Amino acid sequence: MFEIRNLKYQEVLEIPELSIKPGVTVIAGASGSGKTTLLRLLNKSISPTEGSITYNGTELKEIPSVKLRREVLLLSQQPAIFNGDLRHNLEIGFKFQNKALPSEKAMLEMLQQVHLNKTLETEVRLLSGGEKQRLVIARVFLLAPAVFLLDEPSSALDDVTEESVIRLVVEKARRDGQSIIMVTHSKAVAAQFADEIIELEDGKIKDRGARS
Amino acid sequence: MSGVMELSIWQVALSYVFVLVVLGILIKRGIRRERELLLASLRMTVQLILTGYALTFIFGTPSPWLTLLIISFMVAYAIRTVFQKFKGRLSTSLKKTVAGAMAAGTFSCIFYFILVVIQIDPWYQPQYFIPLAGMMIGNSMTGISLGVKSLLDGMTTQRQLVEEALNLGATPKMATHDIINSTFDAAIMPTINAMLGMGVISLPGMMTGQILSGTAPTTAVMYQIAIMLGILGAVSLTVILLLQFGYKSFFNDQDQLV
Repeated sequence: MFEIRNLKYQEVLEIPELSIKPGVTVIAGASGSGKTTLLRLLNKSISPTEGSITYNGTELKEIPSVKLRREVLLLSQQPAIFNGDLRHNLEIGFKFQNKALPSEKAMLEMLQQVHLNKTLETEVRLLSGGEKQRLVIARVFLLAPAVFLLDEPSSALDDVTEESVIRLVVEKARRDGQSIIMVTHSKAVAAQFADEIIELEDGKIKDRGARS
Repeated sequence: MSGVMELSIWQVALSYVFVLVVLGILIKRGIRRERELLLASLRMTVQLILTGYALTFIFGTPSPWLTLLIISFMVAYAIRTVFQKFKGRLSTSLKKTVAGAMAAGTFSCIFYFILVVIQIDPWYQPQYFIPLAGMMIGNSMTGISLGVKSLLDGMTTQRQLVEEALNLGATPKMATHDIINSTFDAAIMPTINAMLGMGVISLPGMMTGQILSGTAPTTAVMYQIAIMLGILGAVSLTVILLLQFGYKSFFNDQDQLV
C-alpha cells in the first residue's frame, strides 16, 4: 500500500525504509516522536523534505492531492466540527467529494454504531467533547474511503467507549476491505487490534513488528 | 439657480475651528492622537490645494494620454495604500492579486460608466473622467482593504475548518467557500449601507457639490444615482476578483495550506 524510501521531513522525521501493508497498522510512540507528521505526509497535507512515498505503486507527488485525500482520509487529532446540526456534519464530506448524499437511515445507523443516540437535527454546539469525537468518527466512516488515517481517534472517550468504538471501526474496516493506519497511545488498543505496530522515537523507527 | 458662492481664504480658515475642538477633546481626555490629527489636517489641506492647481491645468489641456496617466497613477496609489495598510501580512502572490483585481475591477467599471452610461464625448474629458473615476477607485480601495482584512482574518481564525475540509476531500475552493462569502459580504456592506441611507441620512458629497455649484437638484440626483451604482459595481467586481484568485495564495501547487 505505502512504500517509504529515504524519507525526511525537516528535523522531525527520518525514515530510511518502511512498508505499510493493507490491514490495521498502529503507529505508537511518545509525544513529539513524529506520529502525526507521518500521517500528514501520507495524505499529502504536507510533503517530504527529502525522499519519496508511493501509494499502490504511484509516487504521491504524481497523485493529485484532492484525489488522494478522498481515498486516504485523515481524521486529525482535533478535527473541526462545522456549525449546524449533525446532518450537516455527516453530509458535508459527501458534498465536498461530489458524491450522492447518504440516506437518513444510513446516517442514523452510523450514529447508533458510534453510540451517539441523537437526532440528525441536533445542533453540534450541544454535544460534549466525547460526543463530538464520535460524530467525526461517524463522519469519516460514512465516507468509506480505501484507507483511514486515524490520529488518536478515541482520545476524548472513556476506556469502555474507546474499546467499543475502536472495535467497531476496526471490524467495519476489515469487513469492507478497508485499511487503517492509526496513531494511539493506548497499548491495549495496539495489542488488541493491530496487524502491525510501528513504534517511533524522536522521528525514527524504534521498533516494528506484527502483533504479539 | 444662481452660480456658486466663492469662499474666501478667511472663511475656509474659520472651518479649522473644528480641528481645534477635536484637538481640545483629545488633550483633555488624554487620547494620544494629536499628532495624527494635525498631520491629517495638514496633509488634507496641502494635497487638496495641489490637486486644485493640478486639475485647473489638466482641465485646460485635455488629452487622452494625460487622462489615462492620471487614472493609472490613482489606481497605482490606491494599490500602494492597500499594501502599506497590510505591511508584512501579504504574500507576493496575494499582492499580485490585489493589484490585478484593483486594476481590472476599477478600469472596466470606469470605462463602462464613462462610455456606456454617461456617454461623454470626447471620452477623456478630465472634468468628468477624473472625479468619477476617483470616486470609483476610492470606494474600491476601501472595499478591497476590507476584503483583504476579512480574508486574512478568516484564513487565520478558520484555519482548522479549512484543514478539516481538505481532509474530507474538499478542493481549496470548496474549503474556503464560506470564508470567501463572508468576506465579500463584509466588503460590500458599507456600500450597501451607504445606499440605504442616501438622501435620508446623508446627502452624498458629489451631489452636494453639484448643488452648491448651481446644478439643478434633479440633475445632481441623476448623476448621484448613476455614480452610486457605478461604485457598487466597481467595489463588487474588485472584491470578487480579489477573492476568486486571492484564496489560491493560501495554498501551494500541491493544494496544501501554506
